[in-house]
Amino acid sequence: MKRTSRNTIREGFLTVPSFAWLTLFFLIPTLIIFAIAFKPAAIDGSIGEGWTWRTLLSLKNPNYPEIIWRTIWLSLTCTFATICISIPVAYYIARCSEKLRNFVLFLTILPFWTSFLIRIFAWKEVLHPDGFLKQALVWLHLVAPDTLLLYRPEAVLLVMIYTELPFAILPLYAAAEKFDFTLMEAAMDLGASRLRAFWSVFIPGIKAGLVSACLMVLIPSFGSYVIPDVVGGIGSQMIGNVIAQKTFTDRNLPAASALAAVLILCTLLPLLYFLKGKKGEDGREPKPAKEVV
Amino acid sequence: MLRKSRFPGILTWIVLIFLYLPILLLIVNSFNLARTGGHWGGFTFQWYEKLFKAREIWFAFRNTLLVAFVATFASTVLGTTAACALHRYKSKIQDMHYVLVYSPLIVPEILTGISLLLFFVALRVELGLGTVIFAHITFCVSYVAMAVLSRLQDFDNTIIEAAHDLGANTWQTTWKVLVPCIFPGILSGAMLAFTLSVDDFVISFFVAGPGSTTLPIHIYSMIRRGSLPLINALSTILLAITFLVILAGQILSHKHKK
Repeated sequence: MKRTSRNTIREGFLTVPSFAWLTLFFLIPTLIIFAIAFKPAAIDGSIGEGWTWRTLLSLKNPNYPEIIWRTIWLSLTCTFATICISIPVAYYIARCSEKLRNFVLFLTILPFWTSFLIRIFAWKEVLHPDGFLKQALVWLHLVAPDTLLLYRPEAVLLVMIYTELPFAILPLYAAAEKFDFTLMEAAMDLGASRLRAFWSVFIPGIKAGLVSACLMVLIPSFGSYVIPDVVGGIGSQMIGNVIAQKTFTDRNLPAASALAAVLILCTLLPLLYFLKGKKGEDGREPKPAKEVV
Repeated sequence: MLRKSRFPGILTWIVLIFLYLPILLLIVNSFNLARTGGHWGGFTFQWYEKLFKAREIWFAFRNTLLVAFVATFASTVLGTTAACALHRYKSKIQDMHYVLVYSPLIVPEILTGISLLLFFVALRVELGLGTVIFAHITFCVSYVAMAVLSRLQDFDNTIIEAAHDLGANTWQTTWKVLVPCIFPGILSGAMLAFTLSVDDFVISFFVAGPGSTTLPIHIYSMIRRGSLPLINALSTILLAITFLVILAGQILSHKHKK
């Protein structure tokens, strides 16, 4: 009996600090978004008194469907393109010699550690009207001298793919590394073409990695804000930009939180799906409680 | 033996070039006398000189380091205890705890930023370095917890039992057995927290007040105001620091393995 209560105290000692912190600074703030979406805006930029439906009705702004739709298609296209590029890369890394593999993996992880803002800024220079890429393309007669490479949705998409690539390559590699490549040989011995073996044996074999790579790319993409802000123009705004605009320019926090609530709903569905799958994978639930001491 | 296709290999190297080309151009351009990167105007250190004279940058740099050190320390403590609890106990509360620790890793940064801003505004907390530090601790805890948890999964719990059987008390087993064993996990979690804190722009931007400008916020305003060559120079210095830290980390972890 005494032992159990001591264990409880110990569990509490280890659990309470982070549990309380994350409840206070993560869970409650997230719930507050939904509450403040029903508050009126005060003139001085703070949150008004009382409750109202009006903030939610402001979501009917005629510009919003277009922006929400753009957010969705840019995120989905980015996810699709990133995954398509990352699958062969993961395949290659999993199959090459160990020394080369560590080197390529290191090069893939390195951008993780460098500043996100700097990497996006680097693209602004590459795509700049006087920049190197533009000059090369004009020289090759691929674009007219007056074409603008920056400030368009395609530029946003390109830079989104650029920043998300490592996030797709790593989970796919982790899955490919566990894949038994003799299965592909077997399929080819049985008459499948190399492409067929890749498509019908390798791809199903890395399904878990595919799902987590998709979510690792899709969910942050929905929340993109800096990329459309730096390399996109007015015609490439995403939900994140409108949230920032409502927060910093219009000082209308309730409107910002109504939009944030829409964004949460966009990400919640894939998130719940992921957590559900994750639990089964780790075997956290079925494992019997193994307590020390 | 499966005959290898050349395509994945070629694509991988193209992807790597794609990943590094913009960064390399940026480094080269930081020594370029021409204001725009389109042509080479000659070699210069002038942007670096201007950079060292800019006082706001040093101020922002000081803020960034202050936030990063406090956030790293606090989140390492919170994240490590969280990982130990998650690893050791299986209960309904730990399942909820796991969801709480895991979710911040997936939620888009802008949502974390806006939700914390609303939280601070609702509580009428004045925005400043304090709110930035609170926000940084919050997102760093999860990363530290995951780093330590992955280390704990390889940890053999019977060592603790052995230590107890040999007469060590809880304090001794914790500090002389458990902590040294999971130290590499704690260290990599702390390093991750530090770099994430130094790099963070979106969340800081939402919860920063006047006088709490961090380096990424300053870089962002420079991008907006358009002093491009100065950002090149600053970025190059930051990249150099990052690479040195990673190199040091690699060497340290190699030594530890031996």
